[in-house]
This record gives sequence, structure tokens and C-alpha cells, in this order.
Amino acid sequence: MSTGGDFLFIVSSMFALGGAVGTVLAKSPLRAAMSLLLTIISLAGIFLTLHAHLLAAIQLIVYAGAVVVLFVFVIMLLGPESTTPAGEFRGLMTRTASAAIAAIVTGGMAFSLVRTSMPYVNIHQCPEGAECGQFGGVVGLGSELYSNSVVPFELISVLLTVAIVGSIAIARGRTQAEAKEVRERRAARAAGDADQAAREAKLTAEVSAHGGH
Amino acid sequence: MGIEIGLGEYLALASVIFGIGAMGFLTRRNMLIQLMSIELMLNSVNVMLVAFNRYMPENHTGQIFAFFVIAVAAAEAAVGLAIVISLFRLKQTVETDKADALRH
Repeated sequence: MSTGGDFLFIVSSMFALGGAVGTVLAKSPLRAAMSLLLTIISLAGIFLTLHAHLLAAIQLIVYAGAVVVLFVFVIMLLGPESTTPAGEFRGLMTRTASAAIAAIVTGGMAFSLVRTSMPYVNIHQCPEGAECGQFGGVVGLGSELYSNSVVPFELISVLLTVAIVGSIAIARGRTQAEAKEVRERRAARAAGDADQAAREAKLTAEVSAHGGH
Repeated sequence: MGIEIGLGEYLALASVIFGIGAMGFLTRRNMLIQLMSIELMLNSVNVMLVAFNRYMPENHTGQIFAFFVIAVAAAEAAVGLAIVISLFRLKQTVETDKADALRH
């Protein structure tokens, strides 16, 4: 029994749970992002206890280094309006129902999983065989990635390219030329409206002048 | 230490984090925090995949799956945040209830 691995698991899972609760309950999105960061770093620790060194590093680089930073960028871009002030949580009915669903599913799953007599998994227990030291490392995971799952790996690059192009297309807004065109169209419409209003005013004046006689 | 940490504890942790994320997604109105809850759920699934891979260490299938989940989650976060920015430009808010153009 590895006391170090157990200790790391217990500490990391405490922090992960605390961070998850903080993410869900935080009033301001920035605090939620920081709690999410805490959860992600703790889950990297959990990956370490599972002998998945490369995935722990990827978790830190991709999630803590890219996704959370992207969240913080967007929160900073939106400014104080990114906090929705009143009525942040949904109504009592929705809240109770969703809490009940989540509690039932989670409680049932967690209870049944802990009760199951699963084998002991820890960081020092190596699989039988020579490649024990490579499990979860760069060599083991990389050779698996480039031999058996090379097609999904290449497809992931296509997916990321599409996501980049799509997010630029969604978030870019109007270019200056398009904005100018829209402004000109709006100005032309306003000018037309003003013309018509002037013509109508003239007509009314003529009618009233005529009626005066 | 009295308790032994087995596969069950890892799966229980993952399912509890998944439940917290699901509850956050259902109860919050702020779209940014809903996206963060989705990230929580994806992360908990990653923990499950890696724990099962540790249980059967003959190959790396679970870790490869977790790798792909991380890549898809990164793409999803980028697109989701772009949608948040676009919604904010349209409605000056990030409340999901205000995005009701297709409702009536």
C-alpha cells in the first residue's frame, strides 16, 4: 500500500471537490474560473496517482494554460456585465428538481461504485511485463497514439482547425467595410424618411392654407 | 492510513464531480459558468477513463480516449466562448434566458 499515493489522492480529491463546488456556486465568473483552475490542477494530481504522467502534463498545459486563460480573457473582455446580478440561480422548482436529479444519480453511482470490491489501484503497482515503466509516459502513450489511433489523431487536427475558423467567424463581428455599408444604408433610409416628412409637412401646410380661404 | 484507495474511490470522485457539474449547468443562468460546468463534467469523465485504464494497463486505450476528450473540450470551449461574445454583442448580457429569439 502506497501511503504517498493515497495521501496525494485524498488531498487532490478534497481540492477538486472544493473547486467544483466553488465553480458552481461562485457569484462572479472570475471566481468561478479560479475555482475551475483549482479543480483542474487537482485533477492533474489525480492523474499522477493513476500513473498517467503525460496526461497530467497535457491537462496542465491545455486546461490550465489555454482553456482557463481563454475564459479569463472573455470575462475581462465582457467587463462587469459578465456577472448577472439578480436572479442568478433559477427558480426554486427548477433548482430543487435539478438538485434532486443530480443527487440521486451521483449518490447512487458513488455509493454503488465505492461498495463494489474493486481492486486496489495505486501509483507503485506496475503491470506485469517489461514495458511497466512506460505506462502513461511519453513513449508508451505516444507510440500508441501514432500506431493504433493515428486516423483519429489526424481528424482531431481537422476538428481543431474547423473550431478555430468557426470561432473567428462567430466572434469577429462586422468588418469595417461591412459596418460602413450598414451605416450608409441606415443614413440613406433616414434621409429618405426626412424627405418624406418634409413633403408631408409641406402638403399639410398647403392644405391648411387652402382651407383658410 | 485506514482506508485503501481502489478503483471505486476514483470512480466515486468522478461521479460526484460530474453531478456537481450537471447541477451547475442546470441551475445557473450565467452562460460563462454553464460552460465551466460543462468543462467540469468532461474532466470527471477523463478521470473515469484514466482510472479504468489504470485498472487494465495492458494498453493505453483509456488514456487515448481522455486525450481526445481534452482536445474536443478545448475546441468546444473556443466555440462556446465565441458564441458568448456574439450573444453579448447582441443582447448586452450573458444570461441564457435572454437568448429567446426563437422562442415565440
